[in-house]
Amino acid sequence: MRRYSAFAIAREAARYHTGWERAWKSPKPKKKYDVVIVGAGGHGLATAYYLGKNFGITNVAIIEKGWLGGGNTGRNTTIIRSNYLQDPSAAIYEKARSLYETMSQDLNYNVMFSPRGVMMLAQTEHEVRGYERTAHANALQGVKTEFISPQRVKELVPIMNINGPRYPVLGALWQERAGTARHDAVAWGYARACSDMGMDIIQKCEVTGVRQANGVVTGVDTTHGQIDCDKLAMVVAGNAGHLADMAGFRLPMESVALQALVSEPIKPCIDVVVMANTVHGYMSQSDKGELVIGGGTDGFNNYTQRGSFHHVEETVRALVETFPIISRLKMLRQWGGIVDVTGDRSPIIGKTPLGNCFINCGWGTGGFKSIPGSGWAMAETVAKGEPGSLAAEFGLNRFSEGRFIDESVAAGVAH
Amino acid sequence: MSTRLAQGGRLIDRSKPKNFTFNGKRMKGYEGDTLAAALLGEDQMLMGRSFKYHRPRGVVASGAEEPNALVNLGQGERFEPNQRVTTTELFDGLYATSQNHWPSLEFDVGVVNNYAARFLPAGFYYKTFMAPKAAWKHVFEPIIRKSAGLGQVPTEADVDRYEHYYYHTDVVIIGGGVAGLASALAAGRSGAKVLMMEQTHHWGGRAAVDGGEIDGQSVDAWIDAAVAELEGMENVTLRTRMMASGVYDHGYVLGYERVADHTPGDGRPRHRLWRIRTKQIVTATGAIERPLSFAGNDIPGVMLASAVRDYAVNWGVSIGDRTVVVTNNDDGYRTALTLKEAGMEVPAVLDARAEATGPLAEAARAAGIRVEAGKAIAKVHGGKRVTGVSVCLQAGEGSTLEEIKCDAVAMSGGWSPVVHMWSHCGGKLIWDEAQAHFRPDPNRAPTSHDGEAFVVTAGTASGAMSLAETLEDAYAAGKAASKAAGGKAIRKAGPKAEAEAEQPMAPVWIMPQGAGPQKRMKMWLDYQNDVKVSDVQLAAREGYESVEHTKRYTTLGMATDQGKLSNINGLAVLSDALDQEIPTTGTTTFRPPYTPISFGAIAGEARHEIFQPIRRTPMHQWHEDAGAYMEPVGHWRRPYCYAKPGETNEQAVHREVLNTRENLGLLDASTLGKLIVKGPDAGKFMDMMYTNMMSNLAIGKCRYGLMCSENGFLSDDGVVARIDEETWLCHTTSGGADRIHAWMEEWLQTEWWDWKVYVANVTEQLAQVAVVGPNARKVLEKLGGMDLSKETLPFMQWADGKIGEFDARVYRISFSGELSYEIAVPASQGRAFWDALLEAGEEFGVMPYGTECLHIMRAEKGFIMIGDETDGTVIPQDLGLNWAISKKKEDFLGKRAQQRSHMTDPERWKLVGLETLDGSVLPDGAYAVGEGNNVHGQRNMIGRVTSTYYSPTLKKGIAMGLVLHGPDRMGEVISFPTVDGSNTVIKARICDPVFYDKDGEKQNV
Amino acid sequence: MLILECPYCGVMADETDLHGGGEAHLKRFGPGSSDDDFETYLFHRKNPKGVHFERWRHVSGCGKWFHAARNTMTLEVYGTYPAQTYEPPKDLVAKIKKKHPEWGGYE
Repeated sequence: MRRYSAFAIAREAARYHTGWERAWKSPKPKKKYDVVIVGAGGHGLATAYYLGKNFGITNVAIIEKGWLGGGNTGRNTTIIRSNYLQDPSAAIYEKARSLYETMSQDLNYNVMFSPRGVMMLAQTEHEVRGYERTAHANALQGVKTEFISPQRVKELVPIMNINGPRYPVLGALWQERAGTARHDAVAWGYARACSDMGMDIIQKCEVTGVRQANGVVTGVDTTHGQIDCDKLAMVVAGNAGHLADMAGFRLPMESVALQALVSEPIKPCIDVVVMANTVHGYMSQSDKGELVIGGGTDGFNNYTQRGSFHHVEETVRALVETFPIISRLKMLRQWGGIVDVTGDRSPIIGKTPLGNCFINCGWGTGGFKSIPGSGWAMAETVAKGEPGSLAAEFGLNRFSEGRFIDESVAAGVAH
Repeated sequence: MSTRLAQGGRLIDRSKPKNFTFNGKRMKGYEGDTLAAALLGEDQMLMGRSFKYHRPRGVVASGAEEPNALVNLGQGERFEPNQRVTTTELFDGLYATSQNHWPSLEFDVGVVNNYAARFLPAGFYYKTFMAPKAAWKHVFEPIIRKSAGLGQVPTEADVDRYEHYYYHTDVVIIGGGVAGLASALAAGRSGAKVLMMEQTHHWGGRAAVDGGEIDGQSVDAWIDAAVAELEGMENVTLRTRMMASGVYDHGYVLGYERVADHTPGDGRPRHRLWRIRTKQIVTATGAIERPLSFAGNDIPGVMLASAVRDYAVNWGVSIGDRTVVVTNNDDGYRTALTLKEAGMEVPAVLDARAEATGPLAEAARAAGIRVEAGKAIAKVHGGKRVTGVSVCLQAGEGSTLEEIKCDAVAMSGGWSPVVHMWSHCGGKLIWDEAQAHFRPDPNRAPTSHDGEAFVVTAGTASGAMSLAETLEDAYAAGKAASKAAGGKAIRKAGPKAEAEAEQPMAPVWIMPQGAGPQKRMKMWLDYQNDVKVSDVQLAAREGYESVEHTKRYTTLGMATDQGKLSNINGLAVLSDALDQEIPTTGTTTFRPPYTPISFGAIAGEARHEIFQPIRRTPMHQWHEDAGAYMEPVGHWRRPYCYAKPGETNEQAVHREVLNTRENLGLLDASTLGKLIVKGPDAGKFMDMMYTNMMSNLAIGKCRYGLMCSENGFLSDDGVVARIDEETWLCHTTSGGADRIHAWMEEWLQTEWWDWKVYVANVTEQLAQVAVVGPNARKVLEKLGGMDLSKETLPFMQWADGKIGEFDARVYRISFSGELSYEIAVPASQGRAFWDALLEAGEEFGVMPYGTECLHIMRAEKGFIMIGDETDGTVIPQDLGLNWAISKKKEDFLGKRAQQRSHMTDPERWKLVGLETLDGSVLPDGAYAVGEGNNVHGQRNMIGRVTSTYYSPTLKKGIAMGLVLHGPDRMGEVISFPTVDGSNTVIKARICDPVFYDKDGEKQNV
Repeated sequence: MLILECPYCGVMADETDLHGGGEAHLKRFGPGSSDDDFETYLFHRKNPKGVHFERWRHVSGCGKWFHAARNTMTLEVYGTYPAQTYEPPKDLVAKIKKKHPEWGGYE
């Protein structure tokens, strides 16, 4: 792999950029791999990357029915934070956040991780107590957060109306090291690194069946033919239920549409990420200048990647109330992604009822921020055949035991 | 130079001049002008700077597809960035400034990016700025952020208001051009209810610009007649200045009506968002002309040929004195002919096709225009304005054959139907080889709730490119839509036009065909985002082969025009680079809105006080008048405390606690949920809903009850009263009334539908007051009426009767530990009852108290609070509430769940009291630490604070918490680290959670 | 923005008047059931790409719960019916089967 650098750009400029090589190869699938990963989104590619980097397993195929990074990796609002309440969540999201810090250097691909800070507004007394609880928990979990005053909120976000007549801002949970990254670049950077390790990324290849013998997985049928494997990793988010069906097991999961939107680009006006859970909306500004806004999920199963307009309306209403100057700005584009939501809204990483078949799904609305941590934990699970400490508590068995990881508890904050 | 012609302009009224200001310069236009036309009329070709290279930008189009000419519009509280001048109507006093430059439009420092363009190809930022690590956040990102973005940030809150409007109809027709009018005539004649919307302020679209005849009249005359006929139909509603922003599932359409953009401050709402539900949609959205890719095609003065024609015909504006036309199809000739007719010079038409033999080419020759077939533009000369072109062979590599001096270039690369509305809900496209465009595939229309197609296209939006075809297609579309929507069949024939012969267009995407890398680096695809042919080719070379990859890698089509001009050209270049057919490459997804719509319009009226509804108790106004500090509880506002002048909230709360414990306190408890459960099977139902036995509750008695989710977790609590044989009244938490009501209905309707039970939510029918304190009985006795003595109405019983004049139901229950009566009266009597209690209570030291006092008093008594001691993960057993869980009942909601292994785990944290060794107050949310770390390297936690207060009664901090093995560790001291930065640890002793009146003597007097 | 016909009041109800309730025809398992059955009842959900039988409540209307057969890929609503039933009406199942012969049917 030829390294990317300012020098490389200068060299290529001299020949009109005709010498750049492919970021990733586009091979034909081999007959058999040690590991087949279904899903070349951020989580699947990160799983592959850490299989190679941490465990030296590189005879790996990553199969993607569409184009790599084309699912939720390329449709989210790019927020990265780890101020979660429960221990296992804080652990895996903080692992992810710390890996994001060095991702550009690790991958030699600028993913533009921008630790600009994330604040979650407290707008009721109950929310204040919830975030104070999270701040205490985070301190013991090694996640640096603090509960800040309304005045500090205003200093950090001058365009915010903290005295709104309906829900005045009473403070905020602030994670200074949280932020955003360029979502597509994360997928592309991992893909380039995986391809460089000799892994095969096979796009436009849909899995049509899961092959098994004696309760153990042996391969998959695809639109490009049969591909055998020793181990199979399913990392397909909203399509996990569909794939699990093929493998003969069910998941405590439903797929719903989550919507997001952006404004037209304007000059910088908000330097941090603001999440307001009482009024349901969150907003940041991309490096391109667009306000990036996240909305709610529909209340029904949906695979159409488009949602209902009233969620957009509720979100925008909340944000216009919170940031009055945006009223005359305009919505440029709205879209939907299909998120996979489990019974306790926390992810599932681990073994499945089918031998040598592993699953990673259920990230709901928290998928992007967890990508490197999720990949790290999943790679360990696949390589060793057993989940390590990061993944252990996210197993499927927690639903029968009643041992949930519920993040919505503190102040109604979902992911 | 661009200028206003002495004559012409079908849309302007020269008798009504309008004055406006651009970049501080006073200018003049006419009524009917767009800002674009007015600026061009004043020779203001330079209007902005591009996003990445800050290159000079002039207007390129005449409608919604304009990518370049965006301005800051208005000032102060009416300031709006990124406004397209082509869709901005001119009005007197309009104030606009150009964007994205410093220090000025003419001289922009940011243009250094242009000189470095060779080092800034697509995606360059992914390949650099990586070292040192901290530099991205502190150096590179701030620079990029500042230089990116387009318009300025508004600094003041918006002064305008916005409206929402609901509308139900049979047929919505999107687009009021001749196609839309023809469709509307068909649909209107069928009797169906029709709504037609047109985004501009005039009907007829572009057809009149192109000329021709309909039904033997001029196009303009026919448009007037059609509009007149439609206006005469009661079943037809016509709206101009209204754009269809998006088509959503099941026939939902958003209409964005710009009511007062052109009359700011006239008192009307600025925008009105129509939320329309329709059976059928006709998209008569027309087509958009494509640019051609040649070196220097972004220099101000290079414009779409149709736009050049529009400015001349509609607004009497000439773009240049000498205009070179470059085309790959016949339509470009119409511009040449129009300009010639208006007296302007057209030095040449460069036709990329090998032959130019169509009737229009012949007409051009006949008009004395030089027509050069097989020719192309090798390069456009000029900086901030076109000065000339170099001509070359289209088939070659670009050697200059000749230079032509000119100050404008009109380009036509063919036409693409506007398919957005068709595609929003999944309508599919097919590639039309002959026209080299994607058009809707009528066999794969978007489908509605009934599985049937609900969108039909009309006219050029279908790919019908001539006037004759357009009218025929559109009339048929209107008939089809109205028939599907239940309209009657119509016999009357539709409008007709003469068919015109045209020579086929040639799919020319870049010119010349063999252009080398140097030229390709100067061929713009996306003008606003500065994406060039070379960028798309680079993306393909590097493996970003999916059209979505290319788009995201290069930012092609991601500008504010969302690729209306650039998408197809980009696709063609990408397909060529990948050596595959265009349909194989496919398109990116079309998403709403069609053009950007204001956040204000989306938010609508719901702002400030009416942002969300506020629920008010009958006593609400009294609380506000008394200056109470109100806190949101669900949609209610409840008094937190009633601070007196000079008192802090904290002092007020302490006073309220002490006064209630010593004298008399009043709480407005009306928000408490009140549900009546009634019927022959009500007892059985109550036993399923509550963890404890409710069926055996005696009439006249009260019992505290718990409700769990089916997952076992505690979800609500409250006192239940047995009213009669078949009736129970359930109190819920303030936030829980609607939720629990819905929960009960769900079980009754979907699981036990054969049980004879009704549930009614009477929360708002009753006002409820807690009369609390040692003097509680005295004040009620003073008001007179029913016997409230200990003997007649003991603790945990209720009775109906009169208190003074008031119809009362009195519950002897206590959430404070004091002698307490909770009294419900009809809501209509609530305020009078409250006033009467205050007046009668004066001699007994009455004071109202708020929610914080309520919380402190219940904490002093060790009573749990849903939402504090519970958080959705706590089961009643965790809170020592086993006494409230029936062991006799076979089943209740949550019982099975509580038998799972993790629920019976002795390691679950349990409720205890906590008192600090130094009497201080434990911080909210604090966690207790044990020894060492867990597997994640996190500190081991052994408990947490759930409620913590300063007790004015006990004069020290008190708390409750959930602690590992807590009840077995009474007297042990545990540590709570603080997070206030002091790095200190607060020590607290585990104790009984009941801090006050452990034997309950005070409430039982 | 879905629109569903409430089988009780006959209104074509807008999605904003409705509340979705997830998979229909779940069998409740209470005390005495196995861990597996109980887990299935509480958490395992059909999540098909295609025909889905689901619950809705006409919450801002008549307040009644009802069931709908809806396609999660096309959002087509094949029919709605009252919630007081253990399985979908046979004629509705037949109608869907006729439209989508490849559909596995209600299980």
